[in-house]
Amino acid sequence: MATVKTYVRPMQGWWRRNPYFVRYMIREGSSVFLATYAIILLVGLLRLTQGEAAWDSWRAALTSPWSILFHWLALLTVSYHAWTWWKVAPKTAPDLRVGGRPLPEMLITAGGVLATLATSVLVYVIVRWM
Amino acid sequence: MKRSHEPIFWSLFGAGGVLSALVAPILIFITGIIAPIGLWMPPQALEYSRVLGFAQHWFGKLLVLAVISLFLFHAAHRIYHGLHDIGVHAGTGTMAASYGGALLGSLAAAFLLLKIGF
Repeated sequence: MATVKTYVRPMQGWWRRNPYFVRYMIREGSSVFLATYAIILLVGLLRLTQGEAAWDSWRAALTSPWSILFHWLALLTVSYHAWTWWKVAPKTAPDLRVGGRPLPEMLITAGGVLATLATSVLVYVIVRWM
Repeated sequence: MKRSHEPIFWSLFGAGGVLSALVAPILIFITGIIAPIGLWMPPQALEYSRVLGFAQHWFGKLLVLAVISLFLFHAAHRIYHGLHDIGVHAGTGTMAASYGGALLGSLAAAFLLLKIGF
């Protein structure tokens, strides 16, 4: 049987052709940083079960310049992800109505961003002072 | 008709998305940046006895498990569907690697949290 030679449009680097898709890939790519961070925490938990010396060496490892660089990149991409998450929340959240009218999209997004800021302050205060 | 397992993964993805949007930036900032460089966060904040006490409390365990597990499942969902965008087609292998990895990580976290005691 002869092979059918259909033209297949090359898709290499498709997302670099349009800024919208570049933002899409950054958002999706942030999940790689998030997963890596979760694994770093999991390793920290393992070291915690192994005693004080192991825990301290995990903390020491986090002071390496590569670790700091990774965490800065993770912070940037994951923060961007958080922003996109609240940005689409008006479309993904259940239908919220006040007095029969749908809540303005801006309010839902603003509410999400405020929730992130409030939680961040709370976590900081707890970790630092409580 | 065969029931779809998508709702389960979608729920875990959604829960992980909300949790990561709320706490991931500040957690990364604290544990990965300001605590290691010792700026705005004293070294005692993350000292052994304090973090151990947190991980031994039932509520601390719940938070640690939620963060690790939901972050992993959220990322697994994105990675599983995102692989298609870079030319790796979705199949049993990529599914096992992404969701399977998230499941293994979650089980490991749960095991360690039990091992660490109460």
